[in-house]
Amino acid sequence: MPSIRSVGPVSIYRSTIIFVALVLTFAILVTLASHAIGFGILSTSFIKTLGKTLCLCLIAIAMDVVWGYCGILSLGHFAFFGLGGYMIGMWLMFARTKDIVLKSIANNALPATPQELRDAIGTQIFGVVGGARIPWIWHFADSLTAQLALAVLVPGLLALVFGWLAFRSRVTGVYLSILTQAMTLALSLYLFQNDSGLRGNNGLSGLQNIPGLDLVSQDVISLWFFWASALALIAGYLFFAWLLNGKFGKIVRAIRDDETRVRFLGYPVETYKLFVFVLTAVVAAIAGVLYYPQAGIINPAQVAPIASIYLAVWVAIGGRGRLYGAVIGAAFVSLVSSWFTGGQVPDVPLGFYTIHWVEWWQVVLGFGFVLVTLYAPNGLGGLVDVFVRKETSA
Amino acid sequence: MTALLEVSGVSVSFDGFKAINNLSLNIAEGELHAIIGPNGAGKTTFMDIVTGKTKPDSGRVLWGYPSVSLLSLSESAIAQAGVGRKFQRPTVFEAQSVRDNLLMALNKKRSPLSVLFYRFTADDFAKIEAMAKEISLTGVLDRRAGELSHGQKQWLEIGMLLLQEPRLLLVDEPAAGMTLAERERTTDILKRAAKSRAVIVVEHDMEFVRRLECKVSVLHEGSVLAEGSLSKVTADPRVIEVYLGRS
Ligand SMILES: Nc1ncnc2c1ncn2[C@@H]1O[C@H](COP(=O)(O)OP(=O)(O)O)[C@@H](O)[C@H]1O
Ligand SMILES: [Mg+2]
Repeated sequence: MPSIRSVGPVSIYRSTIIFVALVLTFAILVTLASHAIGFGILSTSFIKTLGKTLCLCLIAIAMDVVWGYCGILSLGHFAFFGLGGYMIGMWLMFARTKDIVLKSIANNALPATPQELRDAIGTQIFGVVGGARIPWIWHFADSLTAQLALAVLVPGLLALVFGWLAFRSRVTGVYLSILTQAMTLALSLYLFQNDSGLRGNNGLSGLQNIPGLDLVSQDVISLWFFWASALALIAGYLFFAWLLNGKFGKIVRAIRDDETRVRFLGYPVETYKLFVFVLTAVVAAIAGVLYYPQAGIINPAQVAPIASIYLAVWVAIGGRGRLYGAVIGAAFVSLVSSWFTGGQVPDVPLGFYTIHWVEWWQVVLGFGFVLVTLYAPNGLGGLVDVFVRKETSA
Repeated sequence: MTALLEVSGVSVSFDGFKAINNLSLNIAEGELHAIIGPNGAGKTTFMDIVTGKTKPDSGRVLWGYPSVSLLSLSESAIAQAGVGRKFQRPTVFEAQSVRDNLLMALNKKRSPLSVLFYRFTADDFAKIEAMAKEISLTGVLDRRAGELSHGQKQWLEIGMLLLQEPRLLLVDEPAAGMTLAERERTTDILKRAAKSRAVIVVEHDMEFVRRLECKVSVLHEGSVLAEGSLSKVTADPRVIEVYLGRS
């Protein structure tokens, strides 16, 4: 006798295999269509867009784990993404500026003293915000290893301290979401200041130029980052799938559905939440590390609170509680979004009014979000559930 | 004999209303104890205090030997110390399967890291099967818990509690909303559970309590009005006045 089961998400085991195969196939196809190695069908800038999209998919699965599985609606994960980007951006900018400065003084009669070198680099980087001194937070900026470590440690520590304070006081639901927005707002306001030490609203730029790789063309570098992003997404997916597939996943879902009951089972709920919050923050930061060398620039506007809200919208549209849903949501919405806001979509003249998609896209997205929330709580991923199930039962 | 749980002089008030008033109650190791009392007598609040959900304004709650105070422990620490609780409304994880509900309850380490690397063993699954038999849920282990009937959810919750292997089990109105047959089955499960641990049962239903054949405390306005066998307390004129007289 067949047992009655509701159509839920595709099992983690199956969906993971399908997912990994799809991403690898996609990456190979893109490579074959690239300028650097393949037939030159896809422009380098489009490959960068695809690579960036993969990074957004990675932060989206982190968001799905913290929200869709653990029930913490964090509206601050883009802050961790941005912090990761800033940390790697500091090395990219410093090391490259140093190369340029060294080259320009190579023919001087007297070799520059370390102080002169620092001053020259400082002027180059901070002249735009009226400074020449290198702020103390750039202390390790010369070392890739150190900045990579900081890219994980700084967002991780912020998440740890914030999460510890919030969860320990049992802040939940909408209050927690507001707190995460406040944290994000505070961070972006800080970054906007000229004396933040991170070039205020100019942000960090020229990040696409990788120090030491001057001789490698952007066509090739874009492909490297594309692959790094694809592999990071696969690794992140495998890691979270493993995490959620076992006993830990059951507890995390139980916390989402009834955290009081989980406490009376003897599980320290706050510790679990903190663990998931910090872990997903670190994955978000790693996504940021890979994203910004492809974007070329990071500025405070990208860390603004709205970015984290968009992240939640992607995951909701993709379908919470299924990792592939988050990937679909992030890829679909961010690509369509950049298409609409990129000005490539023709405006619609209505005679009395012209619809400019650059502005109206927001409205469309907003309606889409409301419609999905009301009528398709399983999102786009829900379609996959039905499709895969039909395949198996056929 | 020292008590496993010693509640003494506990009071708690909500907005000036004394829900628990200088309540004292001792539970011995392995004792089966019923608490009866009219609605609003403070039975659920008493359980809230023991399990750490509500902090009392005054009084002591001591546990085990050598005894520790439960008042400074979190809910999860109290549960780990060996106090299990069944809520008045059945609360199981409806989105997960019956088997998963039971697996989560198994008495294993509770910290995130040990859970992360935990792999279920054949022994674990055998325990689940045995418990499923005990609570009459063998055929539905792979169903979502949300699909169970009300009575089945109650049993699932009791099963989860038993798998926690608590030294003291607090059960809040387990028979509410059950059919007569389900009630009889529930009494059996509880009586068997009480063979190896202390159990406190809160119940409205006199027939149900009679079948438990245990010591009874009558709670009224937040304190113990009478204590003893069911026939003794039901003969107490004060009890008849505040409780039995009305039904
Ligand atoms: N959290 C609370 N806030 C305010 N009043 C409460 C709270 N919990 C219980 N009470 C009150 O305390 C009294 C005892 O409640 P309860 O312990 O649930 O009674 P019982 O379980 O015996 O029916 C009731 O009058 C109830 O309204
Ligand atoms: Mg009650």
